[in-house]
Amino acid sequence: MGILEAILLTVITAATPLVLASIGELVTERAGVLNLGVEGMMIMGAVLAFAATQATGSPYVGILAGIAGGALFSLLFGFLTLTLVANQVATGLALTILGLGLSGQIGEPYVGMSGTKLPQIAIPLLSDIPYLGPILFKQDLIFYISIALVVGVNWFLFRSRAGLKMRAIGDNHASAHALGIGVIRTRYLAVLFGGACAGLAGAQLSLVYTPQWVENMSAGRGWIALALVVFASWRPWRVLAGGYLFGFVSISQLHAQALGLGIPSQFLSALPYLATVVVLVLISHNRRMTLVNTPASLGRPFVPDR
Amino acid sequence: MKKLLLALTTSAAVLGFAAAASAQDKTKICFIYVGSKTDGGWTQAHDIGRQALQAEFGDKIETPFLENVPEGPDAERAIERMARSGCAMVFTTSFGFMDATIKVAEKFPDVKFEHATGFKTAPNVATYNSRFYEGRYIQGQIAAKMSQKGVAGYIASFPIPEVVMGINAFVHGAQSVNPDFKVKVIWANTWFDPGKEADAAKALIDQGVDILTQHTDTTAPMQVAAERGIKAFGQASDMIKAGPETQLTAIVDTWGNYYIKRTKQLMDGTWKSEQIWDGLKDGILTMAPYTNMPDDVKKMAEETEAKIKSGELHPYTGPIKKQDGSEWLKEGETADDQTLLGMNFYIAGVDDKLPQ
Repeated sequence: MGILEAILLTVITAATPLVLASIGELVTERAGVLNLGVEGMMIMGAVLAFAATQATGSPYVGILAGIAGGALFSLLFGFLTLTLVANQVATGLALTILGLGLSGQIGEPYVGMSGTKLPQIAIPLLSDIPYLGPILFKQDLIFYISIALVVGVNWFLFRSRAGLKMRAIGDNHASAHALGIGVIRTRYLAVLFGGACAGLAGAQLSLVYTPQWVENMSAGRGWIALALVVFASWRPWRVLAGGYLFGFVSISQLHAQALGLGIPSQFLSALPYLATVVVLVLISHNRRMTLVNTPASLGRPFVPDR
Repeated sequence: MKKLLLALTTSAAVLGFAAAASAQDKTKICFIYVGSKTDGGWTQAHDIGRQALQAEFGDKIETPFLENVPEGPDAERAIERMARSGCAMVFTTSFGFMDATIKVAEKFPDVKFEHATGFKTAPNVATYNSRFYEGRYIQGQIAAKMSQKGVAGYIASFPIPEVVMGINAFVHGAQSVNPDFKVKVIWANTWFDPGKEADAAKALIDQGVDILTQHTDTTAPMQVAAERGIKAFGQASDMIKAGPETQLTAIVDTWGNYYIKRTKQLMDGTWKSEQIWDGLKDGILTMAPYTNMPDDVKKMAEETEAKIKSGELHPYTGPIKKQDGSEWLKEGETADDQTLLGMNFYIAGVDDKLPQ
């Protein structure tokens, strides 16, 4: 196995949770809801996926548990912010704090256990393509889902009627409401989708990335995912690009260190953040397009008048 | 975010203390942890030490602790809350708590503080540390015997003397067996991030190392080593569960003995500010069982361990050259503690440039 191939395989593992959590949050935010609880939903997904895998022996049950855990947890956020109209920023932060604490509690019996790694699925024919085949088509289920989600979300938002309505809600919920679009209902679904994706990202952490449970194992990836959404100016393909760019620079800097090139490691550690922000900002530098892409009602509470 | 988290945890802790304040006859020995008490590494080792302390004194003491306290300005607030809550002694168990500990100690002259792995003291602040490098030297020797390629990978956290000292001891131990042995170093710039530690492990293995050692806190690198079929060393706790056929040995921190000793001194009034640096012979660190290696390697490791314990062998004995080729220790000369505690240079054989 060549070194480049090895790097790319590691990059895929590192980027997948970021892409998953970002694409979910992107949908939530496109509907006008800012959920800062990504880290909390992710870690809940991680612990529940691990626990369910331990209980049943099947990592696929684990994946479902992770998705369900993230979604249920986001439902709490939805209830507080959409039904009770609580402040979204504060509720999101609280969700993260709650998630980190609760997952530690749930996960306590699982500390130090060795987990079950999600098996790889080789896609017939495609995985035989030289070079790219073994990298792209001999991966685990969660990777395939992550790519499918990016394609699917892009189609949904920009090619489907439901996606158009959702974007309308995100841009101006009062007008959307006046047109008879169910603002609260759509937002609930968007929040749930975001939670499910974050939960799946968490499942990837505890089933693929490092198949074990460690408290706080998301280690800030939820926050990186949140930032990616903004810097990708709420465009699915850019989220994918940003996630992979971040992963690629993260892994490359480790290799640069191991080669002993003599570049200060502090600088190298900061590089993924720097590179991703700079590149995404350059991609999205068109001010008018940025304004068009930004959901204008983002974070604003909606109370339907009777 | 972290601030908010800390504010919540500390206020919760303060509430907890208020409830327990009625039990004033109990001596409070308090602990500040940088990670979670179940991290499987550094903080868990301290918490096992705390439990040993609690078991030793039973009803006579209380041992409250704060977990996941970030290093930096927030640490000061956390330590101060602890001190204010009536602790007789506070153990701050991470290098990065150093300045915060000193600052808080000035405000609470009656409270004793013990800062792990630091170098700043005050009349009511002692430092304690473990001579991890003794264990790293043994690991280096084992690595040189076990490696086919003569290159080991080293996942390091932050370029502080503590970590640099470990890398050098590992290299020196390895070169005492194989003078051409090389070590590749990756600085993760974190103590705790399973994903990043795993990525670093993969990068090192992809670049051809066949032995892995780590100075970060989770078992993720051990797990990667197991998956890729190479051997590795555990850190801070016995990590054999993460790699039953992978772990050669681990440096296990056994802080409990030290915590018991200092609490006794506090109670009988003989506690004083010191810079304590115990080693293998004092039981503050132990080597996990030597496993997954041939008998002759195991025998060598045990002999070296015995020699270090008896004082016959100091891991840092010359001749040792610095990375730039200049002489550091002459033939037979041993390093003094002050140099070790401030170590900011590599010795020859490290395939890396030290971040400054």
